[in-house]
Amino acid sequence: MKPDLVIIGGSAGSLQVVLEIISLLNTPVAFSIVCVFHRKYTPHDNTLITLLQSKSLIPVKEAEDKEMFKPGHIYVAPANYHLLLETDRSFSLDISEKINFSRPSIDVAFMTAADALGNKLMGILLSGANSDGVLGLKRIREKGGYCIAQDPATASVSYMPAQAVAQKVIHERCSPKEIAVRLNQYG
Amino acid sequence: MRGTPEVKEEELEILLTDLNERYGYDFTDYSRASLKRRVNRLMVTEKFPSFAEMRFRLIEDPFYLRRFIEEITVNVTEMFRDPEFFTYLRNQILPHLGTYPFIRIWIAGCASGEEAYSIAILMEELKLLNKTLIYATDINPRVLEGAQTGIFPIRSMQQYSENYRLSGGTEEFSKYYIAQYDKALFKESLRNKIVFSPHNLVSDRSFNSFQLILCRNVLIYFQLRLQNRVFKLFDASLDQLGYLALGAKETLRFSEIYNKYKQVDSREKIWRKNEA
Repeated sequence: MKPDLVIIGGSAGSLQVVLEIISLLNTPVAFSIVCVFHRKYTPHDNTLITLLQSKSLIPVKEAEDKEMFKPGHIYVAPANYHLLLETDRSFSLDISEKINFSRPSIDVAFMTAADALGNKLMGILLSGANSDGVLGLKRIREKGGYCIAQDPATASVSYMPAQAVAQKVIHERCSPKEIAVRLNQYG
Repeated sequence: MRGTPEVKEEELEILLTDLNERYGYDFTDYSRASLKRRVNRLMVTEKFPSFAEMRFRLIEDPFYLRRFIEEITVNVTEMFRDPEFFTYLRNQILPHLGTYPFIRIWIAGCASGEEAYSIAILMEELKLLNKTLIYATDINPRVLEGAQTGIFPIRSMQQYSENYRLSGGTEEFSKYYIAQYDKALFKESLRNKIVFSPHNLVSDRSFNSFQLILCRNVLIYFQLRLQNRVFKLFDASLDQLGYLALGAKETLRFSEIYNKYKQVDSREKIWRKNEA
């Protein structure tokens, strides 16, 4: 399985993990990376993008409405909007009700990504205190994609990845370093 | 949530064809992922056992149509949502409109009307409301009926009042409504200045000319082709030197009308039409 897109969802305690993973990736990467974080909305704030970019040579940008996603880029879901992936490989934004008290909701992004990419998708669920993302992983798996949860033992808040493990929706659990190794196998 | 019924791509297309052919609602250029998500959600909340049942209900029951349209479109909004945007409107845009003898503002895709009331409040505070008319339109007749009453849940007022204050409002927000039980009824002097009317951005034409058009967080639900159609509609409905305000994540940049406009601020999503 060689993914066209790797989608990563995280809540509390996940930023450090993503920073570690992307700093370990060989560049360039042959797939697109999409990050969906639960975070507080601050108008016109670019800190997160800048922070991620400081750890990687892979270009990092906020996902824009109707933008086509391309390999070799890291896209970050904007705060306060749901991020949806379309079958024509573009993003759409949506500002409807919060799901699991969250907008962006990891479930929404994962589920639409599963519909759009099928077995060309890898979903990774990281540290967090919420159960957002578990149903999304389930959908990714049903559609033939590959699912990883951060090993709860390595997560600063283990609830979210532990839910994914308990509900048996994942193929494997990995430490942050192992996730990077796995991704580097795909070039 | 387990075993969530899921509408297939082909089924969604069938539904869209039905809506268009039977009722003249054309959703074919809406963004698919969001539409599909909402149809799936409706399958669950309405407890339809299968797609066939949902389709049958929609075809056989024209009264159900209104509810269906309301449910598959997004109607979430707030008063003074994005306070920094309203601060900019209050200080930089609306005072310019004061030079016109009569001010027409169009809120396209107004949903339940919170933004229309927010604008009316700003115009009142700038002492411009008496010569202003706000046209607030939406595809959903049902939400417009609610908007027209000027009644909103009282539990939202704390948030709206906070948004109002953050956007530079200095009055007591509660002076704009009468609280009764769990409802807040907004003042008639505000309501009188807003005309709520159905208008479908997909199929309806320009109906007036405006100095300011607000269409925030509507275009994200449209595919690029439809976005472009709507931009042309706005262009045809906007006076020279008029303003077009979009949502925080929407842009005029890739549209065909882009070269006729200038963004007025590097951050706020507000464009001004050039002089011809």
